[in-house]
Amino acid sequence: MNIARRTFLKLTGGAGALAAACAAGLVSSGRVLAANWNKTGFESKALADVMKSLGATGATESKDIIITAPDIAENGAVVPVAITSKLPNTQQISIVAEKNPFPLAATFDVSGGGEGYVSARIKMGQTSDVWAVVKADGKYFTARKEIKITVGGCG
Amino acid sequence: MAEPMKIRATLQGDVADVRILMLHPMETGQRKDSKGQVVPMHFIQSVVVTHNGKTVLDTQWSQAVSRNPFLGLRIKGAKAGDKIGVTWVDNKGDKRTDEVTVTPAS
Repeated sequence: MNIARRTFLKLTGGAGALAAACAAGLVSSGRVLAANWNKTGFESKALADVMKSLGATGATESKDIIITAPDIAENGAVVPVAITSKLPNTQQISIVAEKNPFPLAATFDVSGGGEGYVSARIKMGQTSDVWAVVKADGKYFTARKEIKITVGGCG
Repeated sequence: MAEPMKIRATLQGDVADVRILMLHPMETGQRKDSKGQVVPMHFIQSVVVTHNGKTVLDTQWSQAVSRNPFLGLRIKGAKAGDKIGVTWVDNKGDKRTDEVTVTPAS
């Protein structure tokens, strides 16, 4: 994508002043919404740092967490991962791809009444373990599954 | 501006099975364009799903979520006609909200 063209389009867009005002409004509200975004966690490059940022250091392995994902994914750009937690009172589910440049892929807070199930599609740079980190009843539990990647999806 | 989402919410017993497809480039900041320049990061940071106005899922995403992200979840205690709202916000402050009603299983 050509960045100069993007800027050009933005600048020449009709009703410039109005658009700018709208954009400003959107930016500020976006910041408010993303205020609790786990910046340290998402910018961590090592698994241990990610666990630390989630507060999940020393989490116990649990068989009640099921990771539904292919054993071999041909395209690392689209790896479907679903996590089911049968643990009572599941509050939070995170997906961590261990060997990605930034391992923490996503955090789902389900404490508001959702069921202990989420599915999403993530990118994976290479074959690696995928960890599910689940917070249930104030404690942390993990499960992992190796996913083999034929073509990496980070390039 | 942001493209509309595709959302489907079907009832299975008293659980609503919600599937959301968002249209977003989800640039990682690692890819280079044809001129060798790094494409800047552009990804959805936060997705909030509400059930009749009450937040049921609050997600934080990184750039490692795939392009045109898919999100699936189940909501307990749902009834046909309930409103499911989805809002996403990306790292450039762009956002989009869409709403659907839960349909009974066919």
